[in-house]
Amino acid sequence: MTAQNEAAQAPDLLYSEAEEDLRSAVRSLLADRADAPTVIAGIESDTPHDLRLWESLAAGIGAAGLLVPEKLGGQGATHREAAVVMEELGRSAAPAPYLTSAVVATEILLALAADGGPAAGLLGELAAGSRIAVLALPFATPPADGAAAMTGTLERTVTGVAEAAAADVLLVPTAEGLYAVETGADGVAVQPLVPLDLTRPLATVTLTGPTGTLLAEAGPAAAAVSKGLLAGAGLLASEQLGLAEWCLTETVRYTRERHQFNRPVGSFQSLKHRMAQLWLEVVSARAAARNAADALATNSPDAPLAVAVAQAYCSKVAVHAAEECVQLHGGIGMTWEHPAHLYLKRAKADSIAYGTAGRHRETVAGLVELPAP
Amino acid sequence: MSTDIDAAQIRRRTQELLAAHPPATTDRTDFLKARFDAGLAWVHYPAGLGGLDAPRSLQPVVDAELAAAGAPDNDPRRIGIGLGMAAPTVLEYGTEEQKQRFLRPLWVGEEVWCQLFSEPGAGSDLAALGTRAVRDGEDWVVDGQKVWTSSAHVARWAILIARTDPDVPKHRGISYFICDMTDPGVDVRPLRQITGEAEFNEVFLTGVRIPDNRRLGPVGAGWKVAQTTLMNERVSIGGARIPREGGMIGTVAKTWREQPGLRTHDLHQRLLTLWVEAEVARLTGERLRQQLVAGQPGPEGSGMKLAFARLNQEISGLEVELLGDEGLLYGDWTMRRPDLVDFTGRDAGYRYLRSKGNSIEGGTSEVLLNIVAERVLGLPAEPRNDKDVAWKDLAR
Ligand SMILES: Cc1cc2nc3c(=O)[nH]c(=O)nc-3n(C[C@H](O)[C@H](O)[C@H](O)COP(=O)(O)OP(=O)(O)OC[C@H]3O[C@@H](n4cnc5c(N)ncnc54)[C@H](O)[C@@H]3O)c2cc1C
Repeated sequence: MTAQNEAAQAPDLLYSEAEEDLRSAVRSLLADRADAPTVIAGIESDTPHDLRLWESLAAGIGAAGLLVPEKLGGQGATHREAAVVMEELGRSAAPAPYLTSAVVATEILLALAADGGPAAGLLGELAAGSRIAVLALPFATPPADGAAAMTGTLERTVTGVAEAAAADVLLVPTAEGLYAVETGADGVAVQPLVPLDLTRPLATVTLTGPTGTLLAEAGPAAAAVSKGLLAGAGLLASEQLGLAEWCLTETVRYTRERHQFNRPVGSFQSLKHRMAQLWLEVVSARAAARNAADALATNSPDAPLAVAVAQAYCSKVAVHAAEECVQLHGGIGMTWEHPAHLYLKRAKADSIAYGTAGRHRETVAGLVELPAP
Repeated sequence: MSTDIDAAQIRRRTQELLAAHPPATTDRTDFLKARFDAGLAWVHYPAGLGGLDAPRSLQPVVDAELAAAGAPDNDPRRIGIGLGMAAPTVLEYGTEEQKQRFLRPLWVGEEVWCQLFSEPGAGSDLAALGTRAVRDGEDWVVDGQKVWTSSAHVARWAILIARTDPDVPKHRGISYFICDMTDPGVDVRPLRQITGEAEFNEVFLTGVRIPDNRRLGPVGAGWKVAQTTLMNERVSIGGARIPREGGMIGTVAKTWREQPGLRTHDLHQRLLTLWVEAEVARLTGERLRQQLVAGQPGPEGSGMKLAFARLNQEISGLEVELLGDEGLLYGDWTMRRPDLVDFTGRDAGYRYLRSKGNSIEGGTSEVLLNIVAERVLGLPAEPRNDKDVAWKDLAR
């Protein structure tokens, strides 16, 4: 094997210049419009989603259409760029239906839009950021359960649907196929729940036989839903990375400044070692998350394993980072005013979203032939 | 300073080397010497010293070409201390004469090196060392004891730090030497270790005369010179790319697949967790490699040793349990003096015991965590009470 084709096969784990440019644009928008006090004020209001922020992110920066080819109305970028947006959203804990609409729903529609039709039309609207669609399955559904979700009819109740309250359209899997159902249609009720993570609202969706548009028959729809969940789980790892990085950076900053016993608390070795350990985890999470994003972007046969590895690893890192952040901030870390709790709640919820680490380890076991007893 | 040499030129030079010295018909050492003389040993080294002043990122191009042609390599495991630590230090601080004398035989593997740093009273606190070097005419006379010296029994040369001035604070009174291990007064005694083998040694130095022209760097600047050595020791991650399941995890995974009777649910969960962590560590190493190639070295290197030490220990611990009855046995306790560490060629008990050294050798994990916290994260240093005290007045 020559050096070139070996390099061609290796995943690209770095960031390109274009990705770094996108990152700065997203980061400065979020710094401006989604700083911690704004996010905290927002989650207590009736409309946790700041639609002006969504407009700037989705349409202004064009983030909503990154996964969508230009001829279908998008930016023609890849999961690598979308992953960078996810990192920044994790870093700011901003409430924006990016993962659910611009990643999962978009990926599902992409798989179905080849021949035009209603999927392609809706895809263009999502890419433009003018409409928001979410998959009507519990947020905890792992990619492995995607195909099994194709059951029942448009008569059903689904609990724990992420961002349903912000959605214009629900993608509903049934035994017949995948339907697009307008949230405003007759026979659709979206009842907000009280979520652990207030920055990503959940709702119970009750369907009492609404009319919907059939996007695809059960067979292709099952594959598309699985693909959407796989992309969701894979890019969630980047959100977890950004979140963990924020927690570490803030904790280092705070413990350098906070003095007790006549010295910065960050100079105590028991704390330094914990932060150094976290740093190592964050560095490793970055490699795992980039690997998943690259595998999705290149449609690699390795993508299911890359995603399962990233989820099994990054979930734990994000929760660990957020828990350390609260603890090492002491009393301040327990206050509502300090943003640490936003990250802890997001991290813990994320560890269940699209499958727990344990579910993803089971997937790994199957893929690499390490069967249970 | 690097020249504007590019990948295509490097590849052409490599092809010329292969054409002039076909690996199939050339003696191993002759090939390695020719490779050194062609500047393809470590391309970022100066011309005439095994390199071409080329960007370091071009080394993988050479390595890939040579590997594809089946060329012999210089077995970096066997000569790790020379390659990884002595060479960069000689390059940075050596005189022209020292560089010419030492680098080629070192790289080719004709001369093995060891590291005479640690002492019974100075390990993590290396700067506290007490081995004395006293000036006598053109020579230095060295007396003291070193310990845990890997490969001292096969080494021709050693990098040595010794105290040349006990009246100043500890970091300031040290000088750095190249010690000839065949000189009178150098006494190497095997030190049997936890595995039963004697991979490292005690080294007693009694009236050893080292000519002043084998000093590296100025008198009293030995600590600064040693920093170069230690920094290179920690950045142990090389250009080599490991495949999935390439490390110790591969051995356990194989046992798991081949012996279904050994499987339990508890071990399954632990195995999967470690499999994922090993895969992530592999990817982290791969990312670091890509950063180096792209000319953006990150601080990740200092973390990799920590990760591998813990993983090796946990995986080998799990493996012994998985083996059950067989895990109760040990291959061979006969004292041997190996000249390299071979994890995969040995049994699980050996791996378990030997990997305990991974978090001690080359700086303990605790000390590495301090380094990451202070140098990477910028956390404040702990207060110190040894900085301004003369070495001779320190508590011992
Ligand atoms: C297999 C093996 C091969 C080796 N090969 C060589 C060799 O070739 N040449 C050579 O010179 N040396 C060699 N060493 C020695 C090695 O570098 C030292 O053992 C190591 O630096 C630790 O020093 P120590 O053993 O004196 O432990 P100590 O420094 O006494 O440490 C004891 C314990 O205290 C902890 N500790 C110490 N200081 C701190 C601190 N500031 N903060 C927190 N915890 C701390 C340590 O982590 C350790 O757990 C080798 C060691 C091993 C195990």
